[in-house]
Amino acid sequence: MTNTPSIITVSNVIKQFGRFAALRGVTAEFDAGRFHAILGDNGAGKTTLLRAIAGLAHPTSGTISILGKTPRTACRDIGYMAHPSLLYDEMSGMENLRYFAGLYGIAGDDTCREAIASVRLDPTLTRPVGQYSQGMRQRMSLARAILHDPRVLLLDEPFSNVDVHSAREMVGLLKTMRDAGKTIFVVTHQAQLLEGVADEFVWMQAGQIIDRTSSARAAGVGPTEGVQ
Amino acid sequence: MNSLWAVTLATLKKDIRLEWRSKDALNSMLFFSLLVVVIFSFSFDPTAEESRQIAGGLVWVGFLFASVVALNQTWARELRNQVLDAYRVSPAPPNSLFVAKALGNFILVSVLEAVMAPLFIVFYNLRAIGPAWQLIPIGVLGTWALVVNGTFFAAVSIRTRSREIMLPLLLFPISIPAVQAMVEATRIILMGDGSARFWIVLLLTYDVVFTTACLGLFETILHAE
Repeated sequence: MTNTPSIITVSNVIKQFGRFAALRGVTAEFDAGRFHAILGDNGAGKTTLLRAIAGLAHPTSGTISILGKTPRTACRDIGYMAHPSLLYDEMSGMENLRYFAGLYGIAGDDTCREAIASVRLDPTLTRPVGQYSQGMRQRMSLARAILHDPRVLLLDEPFSNVDVHSAREMVGLLKTMRDAGKTIFVVTHQAQLLEGVADEFVWMQAGQIIDRTSSARAAGVGPTEGVQ
Repeated sequence: MNSLWAVTLATLKKDIRLEWRSKDALNSMLFFSLLVVVIFSFSFDPTAEESRQIAGGLVWVGFLFASVVALNQTWARELRNQVLDAYRVSPAPPNSLFVAKALGNFILVSVLEAVMAPLFIVFYNLRAIGPAWQLIPIGVLGTWALVVNGTFFAAVSIRTRSREIMLPLLLFPISIPAVQAMVEATRIILMGDGSARFWIVLLLTYDVVFTTACLGLFETILHAE
């Protein structure tokens, strides 16, 4: 499809939870520096695939390679944003980021300030994150994910419970990051938001990738669901 | 090694800051312990001699029950908003998280003990006949024995449905040797009834064995699904 090298290789990954198979032999290669939107119905395996790439879910069988490394050893190259904020509600945005920066060995406040400013929030805001609006919380969560300047960004439903304006603003931010060379994966039900922005739409169903298209319309499913 | 201590310290500071702001665990523990002291003092009407006999047991069982309140809170904060996942995807050493949590609980339970000990002394009219300074190593080693296993088993039980029930079920049986050592050593010192050396060494051994085991197993527990 492109000449860019693949950054992530997923080989025959099966993930079972008890007797339920969330992923059924997923095999795929994802190119570097591209924006991949992962789409599908609830229970299709989108989040499980993302968590497996992030190293949070261990495949029952099969392998995942990120830049030739396992997800766990490639953790410095991965930024992960989940549906929940992954932030402490009782602390301010800056306090949260300062703590998470410490986990990556990043000292000083400059990096935190830059990350917060890059998602268009105010680094001097002293309010606890628990008092943020949903849109602000999502953006702060994105700031946490990009804090250590990862090469791969894994975002699970970043636009859920966010108004259209904030969602479009976040899409713009992600586009800028992709243009800066980052590889972005977004799990979403709101395909229409990513039309014309995402380079590839990966369609999942019943734990398998059933199609990969360059447009949300191309698979014939239609980007109608979840559009706010 | 540097990173291990830096992350441990950062996590400990973060936990203390969160506890200072909410005071969830501290208030519940203090209230619970106060109830234990008052209820027991009304239930028994012991002489000073009887007090010395039973005080070791009352004090440590009271602290054990109260510490469960703090231990249950330990991981609850990490589960809210799935913050634990942010730690799991980071390169931070898993044992830093464990050590920070155990130290945080140690500080909390120590504060509780420092506040409640004078109340126990007053309510039970206690006076040590043996070497009272030995109560300090017993307190430190005993508290560490409770919190190190408690922090570990609280982590084991976070993914279970009834984790508040699960923690005491796992923690109490394994704490029996430590509790017995604490109670016996305290009783010996209060009664002036020989040397508590054997029990202190037992506590020290218990701490070394279980701290090593917890550190060895924590990474598996952290990344378990």
